[in-house]
Formats: sequence, structure tokens, C-alpha cells
Amino acid sequence: MIDTVLPWVTGGFALALLLNVWRLLRGPGMADRVLALDTLYINALALLVCLGMWWRTTVYFEVALLIGLLGFVGTVVLSKFILRGDIIE
Amino acid sequence: MNTLLEWAVVALLVIGVLFALIGSWGLAKFGDFFKRLHGPSKATTLGVGCVLLASMLWLAGQGRASGHELLITLFLFLTAPVSAHLLVKAAMKLTPGSRPPPPP
Repeated sequence: MIDTVLPWVTGGFALALLLNVWRLLRGPGMADRVLALDTLYINALALLVCLGMWWRTTVYFEVALLIGLLGFVGTVVLSKFILRGDIIE
Repeated sequence: MNTLLEWAVVALLVIGVLFALIGSWGLAKFGDFFKRLHGPSKATTLGVGCVLLASMLWLAGQGRASGHELLITLFLFLTAPVSAHLLVKAAMKLTPGSRPPPPP
């Protein structure tokens, strides 16, 4: 049952990633691109968790944790750069 | 593996991918940055939380229960409002006329 659902779920997350990449390339402003990158890392994290369930491996959990931590740091740094024009003042 | 647990995992996965798709579709479709922020900051976070919960239940059904996914879920739910707030502040600086007038 779960092995028939997991390819569709993975494909759904891949479609979500494609939508985010479209907004990343298209987005009119800088903030739109940062928002698209933020959504992109969250969807990539979920895609990795689904792949880990599909291929019966637990390696991807650490990868997902790292992506979650570093993606948040990246979003904060990009927003601070837009706000202040500098990162470390 | 328990059949009821497997159905719960499948339902959580389907709900999660539907919410993530709705959030990304809203990000691609809406016309303004401040409208566009609603999709990723709410729907996508809930979808990813559902998928991580499904993964945790699935591992618990195999007898390999661990708290890794709960850690990721907690971290995402803590950081999504913070990053959305910072993004709104950045967008308000980029478009100066977007701040509404203060209430009287």
C-alpha cells in the first residue's frame, strides 16, 4: 500500500519544487526570490524524507536536519541583507 | 506491520503532499508579494509537518522509533513564522508605499 503511494507523493513534491523554481526564476522582486528559495528548501526537505521512506534508509534524516538548519540561516541572512545592506554590522 | 498504522501513514502522506502542492501553487499563482507569502508560510509548513509525522509513525511501526523527525518538525514550526516576519520586513523596505496608514 505504502509503496504504491510513495512514488506519487514524491512526484507531487517534485511538482511543488518545479513551481518554486518557476517563481524563483520569474519573481519580480528580490523578496519574491528569497521567499521562493525558502519554500524550495522546505519542499526539498520533505522530498528527501519521502525518498528515505521509499528506499528504506535513514541516512536522509540527517541530511534533512542539516537542510532545515542551514536553510533557515540562509533566509535570515538574505532578509537581513535586504533590510540593512549588510550582514554582520 | 499493522494495517491501521499503515493507513494512517498513507493518509498523512497524501494530506501532506496536497498541502505542500497548494502552498507552492499559491506561491506561483498569486499576484502580490504579500498575498504570495500566505501559501508557503502556512500551507507548506503544515504539509511538511504531516510528512515528517508520517515518517515517524512509519519508523515506529517497524520498531525503529526515533525522535529525529520530531526534532525537524519542531524546528520548522519554530522557524517558519520568524522567516516570514523577516521577509515581510524586507519587502516593506523594498516597496515603501506598502505600509498601511496607522489607525486613528
